[in-house]
Amino acid sequence: MNNLENKNTDTEGINGSQIKDSGFSNLKYLLVGIFFGIVFVKAEIISWFRIQEMFQLQSFFMYGVIGSAVVVGVISVQIIKKFNIKTIQGEKIEIQPKTFNKGQIYGGLMFGFGWAITGACPGPLFAQIGTGVTVIVVTLISAILGTWFYGLIKDKLPH
Amino acid sequence: MSLIEIIKEPWPWYVAGPLIGLTVPILLIIGNKSFGISSSLRHICAACIPANISFFKYDWKKESWNLFFVFGIFLGGIIAAYFLANPNPVEITPQLSEQLATYGITDHSGLLPKELFSWESLFTLRGFIMIVLGGFLVGFGTRYAGGCTSGHAIMGISNLQWPSLVATICFMIGGFIMANLILPYILSL
Repeated sequence: MNNLENKNTDTEGINGSQIKDSGFSNLKYLLVGIFFGIVFVKAEIISWFRIQEMFQLQSFFMYGVIGSAVVVGVISVQIIKKFNIKTIQGEKIEIQPKTFNKGQIYGGLMFGFGWAITGACPGPLFAQIGTGVTVIVVTLISAILGTWFYGLIKDKLPH
Repeated sequence: MSLIEIIKEPWPWYVAGPLIGLTVPILLIIGNKSFGISSSLRHICAACIPANISFFKYDWKKESWNLFFVFGIFLGGIIAAYFLANPNPVEITPQLSEQLATYGITDHSGLLPKELFSWESLFTLRGFIMIVLGGFLVGFGTRYAGGCTSGHAIMGISNLQWPSLVATICFMIGGFIMANLILPYILSL
């Protein structure tokens, strides 16, 4: 279904794992998500104020969060590769490489605009709704429509 | 101070950051999943409004783990807000507080200012831009960039992918431009 031109962008976000998860085994991702949502709220990463402070260089907080998350992530991935750690199902861990296209620049800038306006990346949107700010449902629907509109016009955009 | 009181306090960056970083190996080890949240928006499109667009024609059910994950984030938000809530107002830097006051934004009781993010605000020009246009840019931009903060800045850089570094730098440039040069005009509407 993919022509060659679209190959890079069409498959990103689609995972390599060949093991089909049943509904029940998906529950473990629900648990990781719950844990993650609690961290988001308790560290105030979903706060609009924190994002403004980050982009106006008024606080080190978000740089500390993202920086230390990346350090832990880099070390973990290197350990997984070096020791060839397998998944709990015994599958070899595979991480899809990211291929460069101009979308990372144009789309990146657009997401940056949206991030500074809403104070949220996609993950925090879900957590913000959970904390009871129900109007963010509108932001989420708008983000879904934004994704849909990208899918509609992607072949006309520079990549 | 009891443990539950400590948990109720806002968590410092050196606790939150490493916990978020740990999500990368956890998802890889429990199911070979690469950390990434914005893909969930694509899966929702594929499931609900595919409209015969090739970008949304794939087996989204195979990716449903991602939808479980974001539903978990939503539940985590509920748990944190109702059982582990910080009783005090959000602390913000005095500079930001002063700036926002000039736009009539003085409510720091929640993580989002009520003057901007509320149902009443949605029906004002300023609120509409913040809530609707902001959301659209997040959804369009992340998909165009092929990922968001989680997929590129954390997962991609963790795997030493230079395109993810490019994307992350562009996220930051876009954010700096918006927050410092454009947002002041939107907030004065």
